[in-house]
Amino acid sequence: MSVERYEMVVGLEVHVQLRTRTKAFCACSTRYGAPPNVNTCPVCLALPGTLPVLNAEAVRLAVRAAHALGCTITPISVFARKNYFYPDLPKGYQISQYDRPLAVNGSLRIGDNADGTPITVGITRLHLEEDAGKSIHDRYRSVTAIDLNRSGVPLVEIVSEPDMRSSQEAGAYLRALKQILEFTDVSDVNMEEGSLRVDANVSARLRGETRLGTKTEVKNMNSFSGVERALEAEFARQVAVLEAGGRVEQQTMLWDGERGVVRPARSKEASHDYRYFPEPDLPPLVLSKEWIDEQRQSLPELPAARRTRFAAEYALTAREVELLTSSVALADYYEQTARAHGDPKAAANWITGEVLAAVNAAGTSVREFPVRPSDLAQLLSLVRDGKLSHTAAKRVFAEMRRSGEPPAQIAEREGLLQEGSDDAITVWVDEVMAEHPEETRRFLSGERKLLGVLVGAVMKKSKGRADPKRVNQLLSSRASG
Amino acid sequence: MIGPRDPRDASPSAIDAVADAFERMEAVSAGSDGLNLILWTDRPRAAEAARLCQRNVDAGREGGILAGIPYVAKDNIATTELPTTCGSRVLEHYVSAFEATAITRLRNAGAILIGKSNCDEFAMGSSTEYSAFGPARNPLDPSRVPGGSSGGSAGAVAADIVRFALGSETGGSVRQPAAFCGVVGVKPTYGRVSRSGLVAFASSLDQIGVVGKTVHDAATVLEVIAGHDPLDATSTDDPVPRYRDADERGVKGMVIGRPKEYFPSTLDPQLTALCDRALDRMRALGATVRDISLPSTDLAIPVYYIIAPAEASSNLARFDGVRYGLRVRGSGLRDMYDRTRSTGFGPEVTRRILLGTYVLSAGYYDAYYRKAQEVRALIAEEFRRTFAAGVDLIFTPTTPTVAFAHGAKSDPYEMYLSDIFTVTANLAGIPGVSVPIGRLDGLPVGGQLLAAHFDEMAMFRGAYALERALGAEAHR
Repeated sequence: MSVERYEMVVGLEVHVQLRTRTKAFCACSTRYGAPPNVNTCPVCLALPGTLPVLNAEAVRLAVRAAHALGCTITPISVFARKNYFYPDLPKGYQISQYDRPLAVNGSLRIGDNADGTPITVGITRLHLEEDAGKSIHDRYRSVTAIDLNRSGVPLVEIVSEPDMRSSQEAGAYLRALKQILEFTDVSDVNMEEGSLRVDANVSARLRGETRLGTKTEVKNMNSFSGVERALEAEFARQVAVLEAGGRVEQQTMLWDGERGVVRPARSKEASHDYRYFPEPDLPPLVLSKEWIDEQRQSLPELPAARRTRFAAEYALTAREVELLTSSVALADYYEQTARAHGDPKAAANWITGEVLAAVNAAGTSVREFPVRPSDLAQLLSLVRDGKLSHTAAKRVFAEMRRSGEPPAQIAEREGLLQEGSDDAITVWVDEVMAEHPEETRRFLSGERKLLGVLVGAVMKKSKGRADPKRVNQLLSSRASG
Repeated sequence: MIGPRDPRDASPSAIDAVADAFERMEAVSAGSDGLNLILWTDRPRAAEAARLCQRNVDAGREGGILAGIPYVAKDNIATTELPTTCGSRVLEHYVSAFEATAITRLRNAGAILIGKSNCDEFAMGSSTEYSAFGPARNPLDPSRVPGGSSGGSAGAVAADIVRFALGSETGGSVRQPAAFCGVVGVKPTYGRVSRSGLVAFASSLDQIGVVGKTVHDAATVLEVIAGHDPLDATSTDDPVPRYRDADERGVKGMVIGRPKEYFPSTLDPQLTALCDRALDRMRALGATVRDISLPSTDLAIPVYYIIAPAEASSNLARFDGVRYGLRVRGSGLRDMYDRTRSTGFGPEVTRRILLGTYVLSAGYYDAYYRKAQEVRALIAEEFRRTFAAGVDLIFTPTTPTVAFAHGAKSDPYEMYLSDIFTVTANLAGIPGVSVPIGRLDGLPVGGQLLAAHFDEMAMFRGAYALERALGAEAHR
C-alpha cells in the first residue's frame, strides 16, 4: 500500500505568446505593462461590425515553432470559434483552431536515459489562437474590472501526448520547450508576464497497467516549479482516492501555490460546450509547400543539435555544454569568444565562471552584457601570452564590465601588464636576493621549498607585473647554476 | 430614367437636394408616427455636409461621382454621425466609434448620409415588422409591409425620399423589399463589398446591398462601394468594372435560364405571366431563354435556417451588457447576462439564437450544421454547373407573392418562406438583382436576375435591358 505502486501519467497544454509587435487580428500593440485598455481598438473591443484580419507575422512565428518541434505543418488549416460567455472575452467567442490545426505530430527530446537513449515527448498538435482579456477582481471593492490589452494577443497552444511519467519529466519538458521557443525567437517565454501558461492533464495508474486512468486538468500554476509541485499534489490526491477504493472524478483542479494544495474548480467550468464551428470571417489559412520549407530552412541551430556540436567541436564537458547552451544568447557569446580567442576550453572556463557569475550578479541576461566577445577573447589572449596574470585579468575584467573599454587599454593604464622581459625581472630577482641573504643562501644550497618565498617576494616587488612563470625559471636556474 | 447627377449641370444643388429629401420625408410621413421608414436623422448635420459639398462644387473641385446626392443607410451599418441600433433595444442609442467602409466610400464619392433606415432587428425578418422601434409600412400601401429586412431602405427609395439606399442581405433582405416596393435591389457577390462596419448576422452570408430607384443608380453606387478592403479578410481584390457600361452592352446573344423549381404550380399564374412577359422582352432583344433545373432549390430554406441562426448565435454573443449597449443589472454576472439579453432581444432574434445554439451543440453539430454545409455546397455546385454550361443569367420571380398585409405572417415558418427564391443566391454567394416587372392588383412584382460569381456585369446587362424594355409597364 504505497505510492510507489502507482505511476503518474502527464500530458501538458502550453499556451505561448508569440513575439509579434501587433495583435493577432488587429493592429494594436502587444506591449506588456501598458495602462489598462490602452492597447485596444474597435476590433479587439468587439464593437459591432468589426472583423478580424490575420497577422502574417503570427503565422510565421507559429510555423517556426512547429518546425522546431518537428511537427507536420498542414497546408490548409481552419480557424474556428470557441464560444463561451465571459466578461473578458469581448466577442463571446475566442478565435482558435479546432479540427484542422496548423501543425500536428511533433516530438520534443527532454533528456536522456541512463543508457544514453533519448527521452522524447510526443507533440499532438500546435495551433494558433488569440488570448482573452484579463478580469481584475482586487482593484475595486465589490466589482470586477476588465483590462482588454491582452485581448487578441496571438498565442500558440502546444498540446503534448500523455508521455510524461513524473513531475520531473514534466519540468524537463517545459524547460526544453522554453529553450526551443527562445532559440527560435518565437516567444519571450516569460511565465510572470503570462507569455507562457501551462495546464496539466494528470492521471494515476498502477505500474504495469497500460490503460490510462481518469485524468483531471490542473490549472493556475505560475512557475515551472509550481507545475511540478502541483502535479505531485494532485497525483498524491488521486492515489489516496484510489487507495481508499474510490474513483477519480474527471474535473478541473486549481493549484493553490501558497498553501501547496489543489482544489476542485467550480464544476460548471468543466462542463462547457464550446459549440466550435469554422470562423466565417477568416478564409482557411493556406500555406504553400515552398513557403513552409523556407521557414524550416531559416530556423537557427536547435538546442539539441548545438549541444552535440559543442561537445564534439570544442571538447567540452557535459556540464559546460549544458551551461553554455542554456540560451541562444549565451551559446552565441561563447562561440564568438572561442573562435576569436582560439582556445575553446579557456573560453568555456571563463564564461561558465566569471561571465555567468557577473551576469547573474547583475540580474541581467547575456544579451545586455557590456563585455563584447571580441574583447573577452582579447583578455584571454593576454592571459595566455603571459601579459596578464589571472588575478590582474580579473581586475581588468571588472573594469571592462564597468566601462566597456578594451582590455589592453585598461591593463596598460592600470600598469597591470606583466613584465615578460628578462632584464627587468633579473633586476628584481637580484634585488630580492640581496634583500633576503639568509633565504637566498639556504635556497642556493638546495632548500628548494624556499623558491615559493622568493618568487612571492619578486612578485611583490614588481607589484604583480612580473610573469610568475619566468620568475620561477630565472630563480630555478640560479639554484642549479 | 434618371442618371446620377452631374454636379456641374443645372440640377438642384446639394443643399437643395438634402432639403428636398427632408421635406419629402415629412410629406410622406416617413417617421415613427407614419411609415416609420427612417429611424434616425440629424438635419442640421446633413445640411452642413450639403453646404460643404456645395462649396467644393462651386469652387470647381471634383465633388465625386455622387456629389450632393442624399441617401439613407440601413441601421445595421455602422455610422459615427448617427446611431447604429440594428433595430434592437440592445443597441438603443448606440453610436459607433468607427464607420463602415461602404459609408466612407460613399462620403468620398460625395454622397450625403441623411438618415438610418428601419429594419427587422439585426436584419432577422422579411417584413420590417420585427423592429424594436415599430414596424415600417409600405409607401405604396401602408396597410402592407415593405418587405424586409431592409424595408426602411426600400421604402425610402420607393417614397422618393432618396434616390438610393444601402441595405444588407443575408437571405434576400435587399431584393425582397425592393420587389415589394417596386424599386431595384442588388445583392453583390459575397466578397464584392467590404463587410467592415456591417453588424454581423450570419457572416458567411451577409453582404451590403444597394437599393436604387433605377438600375443605373444601383450600378453607380455599387461601383463606389465595391472592391477590396484590408479590414475585411473575405473581401476580394478582383478589379471592379464600370458597371454603368453594362447599359450599352445589351443582352443580345445572352443565354437566360428559366429554372422550373422557381415557377412551381402553386405560384400565382398572374405572377408567372409577368415573369414570362419579362422573358419575352429579353428574347426580343436577342437573348435566348433556356429551361433549366436547379433540383436542390427546395433544400435552401431548411439549410439557410440552420446556417444563418448558427452563425447568428455566435455573432450576437457580444451583446452581453459588459462593454456597450443595454445593461440590465442583476444579482451577479449570470443574472446580468440573462436580464440584459432577455430584455434587449426581441422574440425573432431570441428564436434564432436558440435555434443556432441548438444546432451547434455537441451531439447535434454533425446532424445539422455539418449536413447543412454539405447541402449548401451542393446548391452552389448546381449554380456553378449551370453557368459553366453556357447560361449567362438565371431569371426567376424575386418573391412568391406581392407585399403582404401587416400581421399576415404570424407563423415564423410562413415568414421564412417569403425568402424562398432569394436565399439560394446567398447560400451560393452569387450576385442577384431584383427589378420591377409589373404590378399585381396594384402592388409591385419583382423579377430576379442571378449571375455567376463576380459577374455583376452580366447581371446589370440583364437588369438594364429589362428596365429599358419594360419602360412604364414595369410600374403598371
